[in-house]
Amino acid sequence: MKAALFIPCYVDAVFPEVGVATLELLERFGVEVDYPLNQTCCGQPMANSGCHADAAAAEALFVKNFAGYDYIVGPSGSCVHHVREQLTAIPQTPETTKVRRSTYELVEFLHDVLEVDAFPWAEFPHTVGLHNGCASLRALRTAKMSEIDEPHFSKPLDLLTKVKGIKFVTPERPDECCGFGGTFSVFEEPVSAKMGYDKVNDHHKAGAEYIVSADMSCIMHQQGCAERLGLPIKFIHIAQILNGARA
Amino acid sequence: MKRIDHAEASSRFIKAKDHIDFHDKRLWDLRKKRDRVSEQLPEWEELRSLASAIKEHALTHLGDYLEEFERNAIRNGAKVHWAKDAAEHNQIVFDIMSARNARTLVKAKSMLTDECDMRPFLENRGIDVMETDLGERIQQLDDEPPSHIVVPAVHKLRTDVARVFAQTIGTDPKNSDVHYLAESQRQHTRPYFLKADAGMTGANFAVAETGTVVVCTNEGNADLSVNLPKLYIASIGIEKIIPRVEDVGVFVRMLSRSALGSPITQLTSHFRAPREGTEMHIVLVDNGRSERLGMADFWYSLKCIRCGACMNTCPVYRRSGGLSYGATYSGPIGVIIDPTFNLRKYSSLPFASTLNGSCTSVCPVRINIHEQIYKWRQIIAERHQLPFVKQEAMRVAGKILGSPKLYRAAVETAGASLEHLPRFMMYTRLNAWGRQREVPAAPQSTFRQWYLKNRSKR
Repeated sequence: MKAALFIPCYVDAVFPEVGVATLELLERFGVEVDYPLNQTCCGQPMANSGCHADAAAAEALFVKNFAGYDYIVGPSGSCVHHVREQLTAIPQTPETTKVRRSTYELVEFLHDVLEVDAFPWAEFPHTVGLHNGCASLRALRTAKMSEIDEPHFSKPLDLLTKVKGIKFVTPERPDECCGFGGTFSVFEEPVSAKMGYDKVNDHHKAGAEYIVSADMSCIMHQQGCAERLGLPIKFIHIAQILNGARA
Repeated sequence: MKRIDHAEASSRFIKAKDHIDFHDKRLWDLRKKRDRVSEQLPEWEELRSLASAIKEHALTHLGDYLEEFERNAIRNGAKVHWAKDAAEHNQIVFDIMSARNARTLVKAKSMLTDECDMRPFLENRGIDVMETDLGERIQQLDDEPPSHIVVPAVHKLRTDVARVFAQTIGTDPKNSDVHYLAESQRQHTRPYFLKADAGMTGANFAVAETGTVVVCTNEGNADLSVNLPKLYIASIGIEKIIPRVEDVGVFVRMLSRSALGSPITQLTSHFRAPREGTEMHIVLVDNGRSERLGMADFWYSLKCIRCGACMNTCPVYRRSGGLSYGATYSGPIGVIIDPTFNLRKYSSLPFASTLNGSCTSVCPVRINIHEQIYKWRQIIAERHQLPFVKQEAMRVAGKILGSPKLYRAAVETAGASLEHLPRFMMYTRLNAWGRQREVPAAPQSTFRQWYLKNRSKR
């Protein structure tokens, strides 16, 4: 199977290790991975700010880079959500709609497409709290949300429970938003930071050594909050644990 | 008109630590109770769809149902008035009262009369207006608007209420016992009920086939307001119409469960006709609703039954307080309604959201709240109502992210030093990121650089 690797701008520039883990993980399952070298961003930061016209160039570039692939996989729920549900600043040509349809968030791809049943190399002897980003949870629907009375399901937990030695704790408000929200994090800084503080304190009280997430942007924000508060809590992307990181 | 600065107002709210922690916890408790009681109804999601369908039907046949309501209300003996906006509404209420020489008005809770700014209008014309809902009364005595559509004084601690009551109705300032305060207010209010010339309520529902006004309350104050004075006025937004009396059952099952996590309000009163020797007037108010109904992306907001569930679940609302929105309607539902009143004044409100979507999932009438918030942002940007810094940041970011060359120049010059993380990636607004958060350490290389070194076959 061939897939294109979509590394969002902030992962490329700030968290390259998450890109590396995603690539290596896909390769472990025999996926032939292409990384289109001219990729930048999906257009989400501009579009979420209402600036559709400013998002158009990034969106057009995204489609150009990823046209022709049946699977486009990225380690970020909110970026994948943008591509799939909101990449509308450019004409919806057949090429555009195919790219949008073919884009998967990493957890979905492992769970639903590859149907992975084991990660024999993975062992994570730590207590973790899982953070589902809101786009993954409520838009991509990778787990049950607390607002809806529906049977329990969690794609990220299905994957993580296959890792040796890992233990889970659940905070009091497991699926409350952490307050990142893209440009919200700086234009509504007081509420954003308060939400982040509450989130990391909640995980800390539950006894989490690590917060793990499929959304690195939430993590970037929470990590910034935890470090400022001086909390002894660490952060890791789900791809890194599934790829065999021990710490 | 000055723009509301939600971020600035929220920072003041957050500084009062005991207040914000109480506020957040109190409303989160309501959200949890809502989860528990809704889960007891296996048909909850079906009820949401049904409630939404009834409202969409009523709104798409609004003219017919309004006329049916009017015919039946007149047949019942009520007088029906039509107000195209807030000014007309206030004038109608004043005219009804002054024609009967009515000088005192006891009123139950109504967001519509707040929306119309009715109280100051009447007070300036010599009418004494008494809010009889406990929370509304607290807010009236403190000269503050309600901060929540269901629990108007939820941002106050009981010690705040003790202070307000001590200054206004003469309670013991040191006694903040809840029962003492509630009983004091009750004793203070009773005489007003007995001497009031007129009573007023809003409406939760107006039933077309019967011409009845349905009011759901917990304190009994609405029933006293209606049944003691000789004159009763109901102010009703035209979107409150529902077709049949059996539809009330659907909404009554959802309203209090969504609002407070209780199965039903203490009282569900159907006001149909004036008592003998008294008058009942109904004022049907548009005030922008028809215009909203014509907005393809936003008319769904008219389905709202004002339960406040979206506010209770909203992590931003819980941490900024209703007053920070500077509008009659706050929280997620306010964010999508307020810009229809004044786009420029309320242009910051659709950005007071992380687009997390929890509001949409709790809404009992399935309003796609967070999708409408997203849409409002586009309209605000298109109409050039974004703050200049944000507009510029997005223009620059769009240019850089639309070009592989410019993008690489921006991120690959990032060294190992924190200061050199590309500014556009941190959306720096006077370095707001770093005020309460650490900035992530810059890595040795980008992913792309790593890839070229380790994988590229090209």
